[in-house]
Amino acid sequence: MLSQKKFIVSHAPFWHDGSRICERNHQIMLAALPALIAGFCYYGPKAIGVAALAVSCAMLWELLFNWVAKRPESVGDGNAALIGMLFAMLMPATTPWWAVVTGTFIAVIIGKQIYGGIGANPFSPPAVAVAIMMLSWDRMFDFDEMLLNYELGFPMIYPLTALKNFGVDAVSDFSLCGLLMGRQIGGIGSTFGLGLIIGGAYLIIRGFIRWEISVSFLAGVFITALLFNFSDPVKYGGPLFHLFTGYTLIGAFFLATDDSSSPVNFIPMLLYGALGGVMTVVIRNIGVYVDGVIFTLLIINLVNPLLDKIRPKALGK
Amino acid sequence: MMVKRSFFGLAKPRFAYETLKDKPEAVKIPVPKKVTLFLKSPFEPNPLVQTGDKVKTGEKLSLYKGNDEYVTSSVTGTVTSISPYTGDFGKSYTAIAIDVAEAEEQDDAFKGEPSLEKARDFLAFVPGAPSLNSLADPEKPIKTIVVCGIDKDLLMATNPYIVKARTKAVNDGVSILKKIAGADHVIMAMPQYLMKDAGAVGGASGVELREVSDGYPAALPHIMMKEMLGKVLPEGNRPEDMEVCFFSAEAAASIGSAFYEEQVPVTKTLTLIKKDMSKILVEARIGTPIRDIFTACDVSTEQGDRIVLGGPMTGVSVYAEDYPVQPDTDAVMVQANADVSLVSDNPCINCGDCVRICPARIQVSMLVRFCEAGEYEAAADEYDLYACIECGLCSFVCVAGMPVFQHIRLAKYELDRIRAAEEEEMENA
Repeated sequence: MLSQKKFIVSHAPFWHDGSRICERNHQIMLAALPALIAGFCYYGPKAIGVAALAVSCAMLWELLFNWVAKRPESVGDGNAALIGMLFAMLMPATTPWWAVVTGTFIAVIIGKQIYGGIGANPFSPPAVAVAIMMLSWDRMFDFDEMLLNYELGFPMIYPLTALKNFGVDAVSDFSLCGLLMGRQIGGIGSTFGLGLIIGGAYLIIRGFIRWEISVSFLAGVFITALLFNFSDPVKYGGPLFHLFTGYTLIGAFFLATDDSSSPVNFIPMLLYGALGGVMTVVIRNIGVYVDGVIFTLLIINLVNPLLDKIRPKALGK
Repeated sequence: MMVKRSFFGLAKPRFAYETLKDKPEAVKIPVPKKVTLFLKSPFEPNPLVQTGDKVKTGEKLSLYKGNDEYVTSSVTGTVTSISPYTGDFGKSYTAIAIDVAEAEEQDDAFKGEPSLEKARDFLAFVPGAPSLNSLADPEKPIKTIVVCGIDKDLLMATNPYIVKARTKAVNDGVSILKKIAGADHVIMAMPQYLMKDAGAVGGASGVELREVSDGYPAALPHIMMKEMLGKVLPEGNRPEDMEVCFFSAEAAASIGSAFYEEQVPVTKTLTLIKKDMSKILVEARIGTPIRDIFTACDVSTEQGDRIVLGGPMTGVSVYAEDYPVQPDTDAVMVQANADVSLVSDNPCINCGDCVRICPARIQVSMLVRFCEAGEYEAAADEYDLYACIECGLCSFVCVAGMPVFQHIRLAKYELDRIRAAEEEEMENA
């Protein structure tokens, strides 16, 4: 059966829906852009510098690792760029350059590549990086001090620090609307709540992240904060305050939903998100840390494989 | 061209089976100059039929002593070669090539009253490839026969066409099947839009009509068992293990016309899916090279195109246009090079799309990791390898572009081989 023409022979199915990893990552970056741009508007060129450096460093680390490990070049899938971008969004605008270089190294190499690259990371890479940075250089996350030289026309105090140290009275200056519009200090891309919500909703509708995780995370934060608030309205902030401050929204929509480190089944996704929400508020209210989102993420990432064992019975089992 | 991921990716994609609204004219492909028939047995030296032997249309050709497998010659002519042929997953066949003579002569060995013996003796190679041997297994009696007026895969309309165009033959076939198999129930499974035409089929006594939903994979046997019969097939089992046997409408029509006309049918009906996804129904002798079908229907192929026997989800691609039409070839699909989707070597990113789309509720994202690593035993024990109903949807939605479905099939194939080898060792010990 010799034939002049060579046909492509492969196995079924012969259709594919055209989705690609790079498209997915680019769409997530696109969705994160409004919040990041708001950060640029508030903090100016310094913020742009941090973000640009973080994205390019993350990509370079990825490329470098590809070369050293003699693995196919995977920079093109957009995942390193996304990690760099999310890392920058969590950092204050005045982050020194060496911290960005180190942080992206931790995120890309220690957070992802040493486990085998995309799909193999047990933790959300930006969360790993920020957690290690928080432990190593804790003053870098003291936003009050880091952003001392800015005067932006709203209270220049980090709402969560104020709440933790001085109770609900200290944060009465913040209106919920203002918080939602990003009129609070914090990470470059994590303060503009409305932008994060719009980005998250876009990703949910497009099917790039799962609503189960984000919604249950936010519900967990809301309900736990509500209960604390009931128990002591002077000491503990209200549920909406917790939703719109710190890393809650970026965590719920962009970090907890990381494919590789989150569950895929319905009930596990709900439990995973809810656990994240509850832990966040517990750490904020009775832990030593001002914001609990990063450590919470590491904890829920850790239980993710166990949670995903809760699965429906297969057909015919 | 292809079904793309919807902008609103939150919603599950849905694929409707092909609908055949009116009755199209089937294009009759002329009898080819040469046919090739595949016998489902590995090649052995000194076959009973030799090169140079003359054969008649409808003649039964058994090649090996003590082997029940046979093919039916679809033409009158001279055997020009008998050679080994290796198919998918290393399956061994014997290929019999026959040069077609000018004058056609009908073989007359097949006649008489319908019986299971006679059907098994003569009709195993008819269009539709009826699984007649399943009806005669004394250990696994068949109580329910399901005749499908719908094709298993997308874009195909072969069996709906048969129901519309050959209603009487289907009817006859269904009655004969019921009688010779001694089955309690015969069910005609059809999509909603065929029910009107099926009214005539229902005329056959004691035939139940059941509707098959029009969304893929509703017409796969496992899903039909569950949805229509309320029987969930335990993993790894075949419908025959639960006293159910599936036939295509074309197989029934072949059996019906065979006994009424006392001739073994040799002309296969199939859907030709062109590069622009337009479809035509064609009728060709079994063994016709698909090149002849392309020529007759103005399909031109180029280097780098893909030719698929069967549908887009479960078909088999072939490397040459010489490949012949088989008794179970319900469709031939041609994809232009630009439409060929390729797999990648990306790892699983654990997005979970495969898990959500899997109709068998398998943890595909975990299963594929085990399959990829060659951990077949663990894949079967912990992650439901044998629950897979082989619909191919996991590969279709895979963001990483992994050949998920192929990993699963390979794992099943390898594990079956390992287990067979182990059993053999046990027996020898």
